[in-house]
Amino acid sequence: MPEKAKKKIRPRVSMPMLDAVERGGMFSEVALGYSLEQAVAEAGRCLQCKKPTCIKGCPVDVDCKSFIRLLGRKDLEGAFAKIKETNSLPAICGRVCPQENQCEKTCKLRPTGQPIAIGRLERFVADNYYAHTSCEEETGAEACVPVDENLRVAAIGSGPSSLTLAGYLAANGVKVSVFEALHSPGGVLLYGIPEFRLPKSVVQREIDSLKNLQVDFLCNYVGGKSVTLPELFQQGYKAVFLGVGAGLPRFMNLPGENLIGIYSANEYLTRVNLMFGYKFPEYDTPVPPGRNVVVIGGGNVAMDSARTALRLGAKRVRVVYRRTKGEMPARQEELEHALEEGIELEILSSPLSFHGDDQGVLNKMVLQRMELGRPDESGRRKPVPIEGDTFTLDTDLVIMAVGTGANMVLTQTTPELELNERGYVWADPETGETSMNMVFAGGDIVTGAATVVEAMGAGRRSARAILQRLKG
Amino acid sequence: MGKIIQKRVLIPERVTEMTVEAPMIAARAKPGNFVVMRLHMKGERIPLTIADADPEKGQIVIVYLIMGKTTALLDTMKEGDVILDLCGPLGRPTSIKKQGTVACVGGGTGIAALHHIAKGNFQAGNKVVSVIGARSRDLLLFKPELEKISHEVLVSTDDGSLGHKGMVTEVLQEYLDRDPEVKEVIGVGPVPMMRSVAKVAQPYNIRTLVSLNSIMVDGIGMCGSCRVNVGGEIRFACVEGPEFEASQVDFDELMMRLQAFRSQEKESMELFEKKELS
Repeated sequence: MPEKAKKKIRPRVSMPMLDAVERGGMFSEVALGYSLEQAVAEAGRCLQCKKPTCIKGCPVDVDCKSFIRLLGRKDLEGAFAKIKETNSLPAICGRVCPQENQCEKTCKLRPTGQPIAIGRLERFVADNYYAHTSCEEETGAEACVPVDENLRVAAIGSGPSSLTLAGYLAANGVKVSVFEALHSPGGVLLYGIPEFRLPKSVVQREIDSLKNLQVDFLCNYVGGKSVTLPELFQQGYKAVFLGVGAGLPRFMNLPGENLIGIYSANEYLTRVNLMFGYKFPEYDTPVPPGRNVVVIGGGNVAMDSARTALRLGAKRVRVVYRRTKGEMPARQEELEHALEEGIELEILSSPLSFHGDDQGVLNKMVLQRMELGRPDESGRRKPVPIEGDTFTLDTDLVIMAVGTGANMVLTQTTPELELNERGYVWADPETGETSMNMVFAGGDIVTGAATVVEAMGAGRRSARAILQRLKG
Repeated sequence: MGKIIQKRVLIPERVTEMTVEAPMIAARAKPGNFVVMRLHMKGERIPLTIADADPEKGQIVIVYLIMGKTTALLDTMKEGDVILDLCGPLGRPTSIKKQGTVACVGGGTGIAALHHIAKGNFQAGNKVVSVIGARSRDLLLFKPELEKISHEVLVSTDDGSLGHKGMVTEVLQEYLDRDPEVKEVIGVGPVPMMRSVAKVAQPYNIRTLVSLNSIMVDGIGMCGSCRVNVGGEIRFACVEGPEFEASQVDFDELMMRLQAFRSQEKESMELFEKKELS
């Protein structure tokens, strides 16, 4: 883009936020959302390109240009309907998608540094629609395709991929039953992503809207254990979608790693988010206390853990990452929020060992200083230890956010499922179909830990393929 | 699902047995499996071993030791009440094959969990020798039930009020000395007992398993709370266990990790006893 044009671009309308100091002690959502005026102003910046590129950046094909045009005209219902054409969970995507790597990356205004804030607009449209529309209106007779009770599809797991699949199929008249192993539906949206980033009421709202489309949610069913694939087909389900998510948390196999005070991010976040441990003892599940907290890892889960620990009263929270800030896989926005709140980074460091008292309670850890060497297979420069350069941190709570492995419950009990070389379920990249006929899979169980919207994209691809197979 | 059909006090104010309506769990439950339950909307998830299952009646049996707030609350529930969330069968079932003599060693409340495993071995055609122990005769569980499915039941009590006076592992050792045909030993009970089973059985070179009771949250392989050190590696009791090769288990670490939430557990229990928590 020529210099002249650059100057004409108005900057993005900034997002209203909770004050960084104030929010440190509470779980309220940090990003407050646009007002109607702010949203319309931001929509007015959109160039309405003849050949839009934003849509190409979206894993679930949201027609960004069209919904933004409708929003600009204050046609909120029209904008919502446009987003819902391809996205079952707009209020969630608007909050947790890494838009900077997706639609906003392919936005033609990106080179100016001021791409349209598509994510914020999507969130505004969804929140506004939900706030002003009763569930009944939402599924008014006109909009509803009658659900064919005989055309049944089962989804195992109730995270973003299954919810997206359910929304797509239900809107096309397919009866979907979602089986969830935990006691409440939502998967990672519920147990993983904290309230301050994705309020549970937003997740509940999206689930309620699916219930209105006659999607059934069955909790306390473990795929492969309390419900097996052959049984589902016997019960008349025509297709099964596996969206069971990632599985066991990774640890580093370091000395002292099982001391009291070292938790996986999955456990820490599950205790807080799913079990409401931050309200202990009113709620039964305790959360490990930590005043001097160290989080290992550089992704979104690490940021969520660090920011959660801060809200639970930690005096100091450090994020240890073996590369540098620039290589951190966390969303830029999350990292910025974390830093604003006072989270400290300990870059180019990697844990070596953990140490505790005679009761086995963690009190310090030893770390290795690293430097960046040559790029590895991922294209990022590989961290290598600086010989002899170690240091010690005092800590009473360590949260390991170093990724997850494949979920073994389903694969243990379903040997027919072919796995890929990384131990995840193999699925056709186009359709999501697995090695078993009419069994599809998507999300982290196929790709390993990835983003909410990538899982949604997979759910959508499988839903499309299933619909084609069922209805021709 | 989850309705309490029958409640039977086994040891007053200490151990209770419940028969619970759970047709889908009963149809699939195998020895070694457990369930995870949650009693109310603010409740925690706790794992309990399935002590018995009747697929025809659609019922499972659980036995619990009242040791914390949730089990104390469970004990206030009556026949006809419904357990809010009940999920299972979870965990890998015991691998049971027809192989000859199997020694099933149980201590305390672990005897109830052991019952299902002993029964599975009995039904598979193995010779079942049940070796069970408690502090005293009044605290010994499931002896009549085990007698129905065991070829022999050997008993020890700390005070000598029934059977051998002393440790259950002394009885095990004595039995292993006299019967060279034992093909497998399975121990379920308090951690010190299981550690002792591992130690006693080791010289005989017999496959020896223990069922570990580490702290769980989800119970389905997601959180890693239940991790145990087996053979120097991290293993997850909920999906890779709960049974592991006894000689490989780091029992000291397991004991330590079971204490992780001791102070919060105490706080919760005290509030419950003062009726400040429901």
